Amino acid sequence: MKKVIANWGNYPAMESDERLFSYDDQLQDIIRNSPTFIPRGNGRCYGDASLAGETLNTLKYDKILSFDTENGIFECQSGLTLDQILEVVVPKGWFLPVTPGTKFITVGGAIGSDVHGKNHHVDGTFGQHVVDMDIILADSSMITCSPSVYPDLFEATCGGMGLTGMITRIKFKLKKVPSSYIKQKQLKAANLDELIRLFEEYKHYTYSMAWIDCLQKGKSFGRGIMTIGEFAKPEELNESQRKAPLALPKKKAITIPFNFPSWILNTFTVKAFNFLYYNKNVNKEINNVVTYEPFFYPLDALLHWNRCYGKKGFVQYQFVLPLAAKEGLVDILRRIGAKGMGSFLVVLKVFGKQEDNLISFPFEGFTLALDFPVRKGLFEFLDELDAVVLKYGGRLYMSKDARMKPEMLKAGYPRLEEFKSIVRKYNPDGKIRSVQSDRLELTK
Amino acid sequence: MPTVLILGAASDMAVAIAKKYASKGFNVQLAARNPSRLQALQSDLNIRYNINCTLHEFDALNYESHQAFFDRLAPKPDQTICVFGYLGDNETARTNWSESAKIIHTNYTGAVSILNVVSNYYASQKSGIIVGISSVAGERGRQSNYLYGSAKAGFTAYLSGLRNRMFHENVHVASIQPGFVYTAMTANMKLPPLLTAKPEDVANTVFKAATKKKNTVYVKWFWRWIMLIIKSVPEFMFKKLKL
Repeated sequence: MKKVIANWGNYPAMESDERLFSYDDQLQDIIRNSPTFIPRGNGRCYGDASLAGETLNTLKYDKILSFDTENGIFECQSGLTLDQILEVVVPKGWFLPVTPGTKFITVGGAIGSDVHGKNHHVDGTFGQHVVDMDIILADSSMITCSPSVYPDLFEATCGGMGLTGMITRIKFKLKKVPSSYIKQKQLKAANLDELIRLFEEYKHYTYSMAWIDCLQKGKSFGRGIMTIGEFAKPEELNESQRKAPLALPKKKAITIPFNFPSWILNTFTVKAFNFLYYNKNVNKEINNVVTYEPFFYPLDALLHWNRCYGKKGFVQYQFVLPLAAKEGLVDILRRIGAKGMGSFLVVLKVFGKQEDNLISFPFEGFTLALDFPVRKGLFEFLDELDAVVLKYGGRLYMSKDARMKPEMLKAGYPRLEEFKSIVRKYNPDGKIRSVQSDRLELTK
Repeated sequence: MPTVLILGAASDMAVAIAKKYASKGFNVQLAARNPSRLQALQSDLNIRYNINCTLHEFDALNYESHQAFFDRLAPKPDQTICVFGYLGDNETARTNWSESAKIIHTNYTGAVSILNVVSNYYASQKSGIIVGISSVAGERGRQSNYLYGSAKAGFTAYLSGLRNRMFHENVHVASIQPGFVYTAMTANMKLPPLLTAKPEDVANTVFKAATKKKNTVYVKWFWRWIMLIIKSVPEFMFKKLKL
């Protein structure tokens, strides 16, 4: 049925004929009869990656096919969301190998964006844990691919934004965990230099990320809080936690009921928020044991938090710069401060090495993610930031993108032509295409 | 562990009902025309809820097969939920008898045939629960879907008669009256969000009606009142409306 859809940033929004399916035969019928389409899961990419005039929504295609509780091998259909996987695997002592900051994404989406998490420097991206998967191609034939079978298709599908075909079945490896709790450490850093030093000092921790106050100047420039952690061993749990070390966290969430007026977000409110957020940690260092929920998914407790940005929506801007380009990070944060384009949720992380990367976003270096409400002058400003990112040898994350120019993608991804030729091989007439793939000239 | 039989198990409503019962610890027997389609659902229910789910071939329109189908089930289900139905196309059906017949026989004849078999067994055991999914469309015929509506009207009357008979056999029969529900059947209709239920709402209603021995339950409570109003419009006015 035709309806107006948008992804998480609520920008852009467009009318789309959204098709749902539960069974393989329905899916193959739809693909055979559709002139063009793009696969779509829970709509948690931020921009226009899963938007098109016709979308194939996988949310009803969400069955668990097998779960080897001995060896931690999980197999499911592509529309299953990570939160449902956690409910099944955590009580058996397993966890997702890699998880982004929300559990409300589908497995198909996790592969299409080749998502990363707080453990990228140790465990890489989601795609690296996939054993094999089935993909229905544009001509409605099905191929099973893995790192060794149809490796070109496999590689171009991890991070390929759904352009190679419709992923139907995925088998991947889980991570063994001693409990469902995290022993976490929060460290306050007075400025950017200290923050970067902390990442170096604590790089042996499996999970790490930092929040940055992007509106500070002078000696507090780039101050923030780094959060690191490990899954807690049973002996590190308190008495009540120890009774059920693999317990699922209690479900509690608040829903943001409507779009906030856009004037609510301004330099003043962002400064006030950042002040409170930074100073809520009175001590320089806090150590505690928490469930995995607030550690991995703090914002999932606030359903529809994207409504805070008003009905015009927002753009998330995430880039990565090489480790040697620390001054690029400084340059970009300075420009944001100078423009007063502050953002609440500025997240810094240091990526580890990513071998043989075709189209996935991460490479070794600093990655920063910022939210900007859509307003006058924003797109010009982001074009200006693009130039800085390129100057320092960086690139942008397509999952967050709603506006970059094709040249920016080309300059950032050295193997882009190879990716395009694989897409052409399996999707020769551009039957599978999105607003983003047309904008970035991947399917034109 | 108790067992539930779901007749017409491929639909969105049936999947939600199967999940609900499995989450309550029931073993689930899924019956559908093409059971191999349901293998993914079977593994899903087994893994998520640690129950035993089995698949069974069942064709509502093949009446002669119904007794044998039920005889083969082992164990016999403690509860039977009759979910299958066919909306069809009223306009086509007006001039095409096979479409009319398919609507009537799927929603009425087929349901009567299989529930006769099930209820006779439950009567002999002096125990069992039957839930039938009918429709508010059966409460008053409207020009847009009177073939579906009349078949469901027949099914509703059948269920209430069956409930009356089975009461004396210690068997409970519940009728569920969903209004609009977001399912594949209604995917191309524009439905009013406030009045439209999700398949999970239907599943909760079914489970509650069976456990609490409710007779006729509307999935969203206001549908009882909406239908009361629709039923009380005098016929000389009603026939002029375009519904």
